[in-house]
Amino acid sequence: MTEAAFGRGRAVIELKDAGYGYGGGTLLEEMNLRLTPGSFHFLTGPSGAGKTTLLKLCYADLTPTSGEVTLFDQPSHQMSRDDLAHARQRMGVVHQNCEFLDHLPITENVALPLTVSRRGGPGEDANLADLLGWVGLAGRKNALPPELSGGERQRAALARAVITDPDVILADEPTGNIDWEMSLRLLQLLVELNRMGKTILVATHDLSLIRAAKAQVSARVLRIAKGRLQLAGADL
Amino acid sequence: MSLARRVLGLLQGDAQADRVVPKRGHSVRLTLFTSAAMAFLAVFALAMSLAAGRLADRWSEALARSSTIRISAPAAEMEPQTWAVLEVLQQTPGVESARALTDEEQQGLLEPWFGPGLPLEDLPIPRLVEVIETAEGYDGEGLRQRLAAEAPGAVLDDHTRWRRPLVQAAGRLRMLGWISLALIAASTAAMVTLAAQSALAANERVIRVMRLIGARDVYIARAFVRRFTLRAAYGAAAGTVLGMIAIAILPRAQTEGAFLTGLGFAGAEWLWPLILPLLAGLTAFWATRVAAFKRLRRMQ
Repeated sequence: MTEAAFGRGRAVIELKDAGYGYGGGTLLEEMNLRLTPGSFHFLTGPSGAGKTTLLKLCYADLTPTSGEVTLFDQPSHQMSRDDLAHARQRMGVVHQNCEFLDHLPITENVALPLTVSRRGGPGEDANLADLLGWVGLAGRKNALPPELSGGERQRAALARAVITDPDVILADEPTGNIDWEMSLRLLQLLVELNRMGKTILVATHDLSLIRAAKAQVSARVLRIAKGRLQLAGADL
Repeated sequence: MSLARRVLGLLQGDAQADRVVPKRGHSVRLTLFTSAAMAFLAVFALAMSLAAGRLADRWSEALARSSTIRISAPAAEMEPQTWAVLEVLQQTPGVESARALTDEEQQGLLEPWFGPGLPLEDLPIPRLVEVIETAEGYDGEGLRQRLAAEAPGAVLDDHTRWRRPLVQAAGRLRMLGWISLALIAASTAAMVTLAAQSALAANERVIRVMRLIGARDVYIARAFVRRFTLRAAYGAAAGTVLGMIAIAILPRAQTEGAFLTGLGFAGAEWLWPLILPLLAGLTAFWATRVAAFKRLRRMQ
């Protein structure tokens, strides 16, 4: 059963029979997914199943080799480069490898999406300080990214993803390098953002995180298996 | 968006956009040095072009307004024929003034070839009459016919024969100066393009991060464009100042001097080199902008 059967209303991000392959092989095929406003999805599956690839299709870092991906009602392959940039300004993405600009202090890295979208204002410094405090990086705001631990980088990446108050948050293994306590704090932030109407898609192999989330929010869990997207069963 | 607004926006800059590109890298020094060197050379090309222009104008004007009448006659007839020539010239419309060169002046003309102390009186030297025309000029053919009738030994030389190649040579020298400037501008553009491409390649990860957080191509390009534009302008300013100093300490330009002593700027011409940093900045602006957008379009 595909996720298409569960989607209702207009989708923020939609995959229609989207597939992706390279080198003659197929990694993902016939992906159908509708992320409606305010929905919360988990994406799980074994390592190498294609979770990261699917997320990259969702923020148009990759172009599907078959089918179509629409972002905010626009097919990604028809979007101009500026349209794509605007669409990404409405998304907060936590990448698995948490890439930063290594020559800028973490506080500037976190604020970068505000600068890029020209949404910085007089109150932003206070908001930035609050956000860094919330993810536990208040004391590290002047540190350069290479000076941060894996967990700190992941928290900084989450702060950067949410600072612009995006419509949708895509997170690729956001708790991969952090302890359980911090994982729960990040989960709590995602839940709160979802309650504020944000659309959330989290790729993770951490089933305990998914169980903890399901206790707080109505989240749908999808699994990638053999290149196809399935609704996860009650085994979770 | 108009060019003026683009340039204004560029000068105002965006402090944060500037910071997204690390300042390290050899392209900084390369751009500064090459811009300075190119501007230094451009100052000389400009000086050569302007000096050649002055020379062409001077030769053209001076030679066009003057001509010479050479009187070759036996010693006994020299004086009467000279008076006859002067009388004809006095009555010729278009002649402003005319005078026979003195023995001392003729000796001075021959001195470079024969040395000092030339016994002019012992040699059958023709008498020279210098003729200065009015702005309207005289009828050369009519004057020749009248001279043939009044003074058979007089030959009019209006300098046309050797004026034209001299003026052509000076004009071509001036054109070579401008071609040199164009080549220097093209070389600067090529150098800045290479340096910008190198910087873009070295910062591919920065560009990728910027794109993933929603930066538009123009935002990313602006950081590189502004940096290279200002570097090229600063380098060119330094090169221009050095070039102007070098020109200033050359022997002074003199109207009657030879070409080499005339290489330089005169009066308001000293303002010309000041546009070189601006031109270098504009060249770098377009070269970097084209390179940046080409590179960004190639990236996913």
